[in-house]
Amino acid sequence: MIRALKSFGAFWYDFVIGDDWQVAAIMVVALAVTALLVHAAGVNAWWLLPLAAFAALAWSLHRATSGKS
Amino acid sequence: MTALPLVLTVFVACAVEAIEALTIVLAAGLTREWRSTFQGLAAALVVLAAIVAVLGPTITLLPLTALRLVVGALLAIFGLQWLRKAILRAAGYKALHDEASAYLREVAAAKAAPEVRKRGVNDWYAFTLSFKGVLLEGLEVVFIVITFGANQHNIGAAVIGAAAAVIVVTVTGIVVRAPLSRVPENALKFAVGIMLTSFGTFWGAEGAGVQWPGNDAALLVLVPVVAAVSLGYAARLRRAHRLSAAPGQPAGATGPATMTESEEVTGR
Repeated sequence: MIRALKSFGAFWYDFVIGDDWQVAAIMVVALAVTALLVHAAGVNAWWLLPLAAFAALAWSLHRATSGKS
Repeated sequence: MTALPLVLTVFVACAVEAIEALTIVLAAGLTREWRSTFQGLAAALVVLAAIVAVLGPTITLLPLTALRLVVGALLAIFGLQWLRKAILRAAGYKALHDEASAYLREVAAAKAAPEVRKRGVNDWYAFTLSFKGVLLEGLEVVFIVITFGANQHNIGAAVIGAAAAVIVVTVTGIVVRAPLSRVPENALKFAVGIMLTSFGTFWGAEGAGVQWPGNDAALLVLVPVVAAVSLGYAARLRRAHRLSAAPGQPAGATGPATMTESEEVTGR
């Protein structure tokens, strides 16, 4: 049972998060910061998420091509 | 926004997954037994249809802001993983997905497996190979159909795009009776990654409360910008990879073998 649950969890982790969890982490943090800027500081931070996506991709590619991921 | 970008994105994403599923189904059917293969295929389609039928209407009940925040984040993460792999393949750090060699691998494994009759199925190996292949490839399609369809309040259009892709790939597969190895799979995956990342970023930011300049028209800028940046990364990595190749060695032969990755599971 536990083995089945583990493999079920591993499948969905791999399905959604994929090979580099840091990409997911960067995007979640960027979304949280965007929401904070919009709702707490009144800044319409539409530019933040695309920049975070480009940075996450560059970071992940750097790690993959330098053998760190 | 019109339904056309929705239908096209789902069509291309679904076509890529359908090509990979076709390779597995052909390997099972031609090497083992067609009846059991079709039973596996049908069982997987029933499971996928049930997931769409249950999740589709349920997800549309969520408030639009929450839906866009969650779905946007998931789509952006999903899209970035597609893009990452497509860029690594384009730059030569990862081998291009080759349907012909994938087919040969499946055929070799299918020939070696013993024939077992189980639960009313003549050849259990053919059944499970076909079932798993179609279900795993189909799950990504279901994810894209539901997230795109729900966000646009148009699951019907997303289903049409997916169904059209499955029909086109199936008919082509029946006509050529071989894996569709000439399809530029990496270019298609690159395009899907760009669309998923762009839409995910757009919806995620909207869910976080952002007002995009120009509203939906911002996508007309965002998609080309994501494409340009991704192509720029690919070009830069390709150049670096070529420069790092040892003299007299093909560029694709060097570079860290980072590719113990999840392609076998997700097909991305």
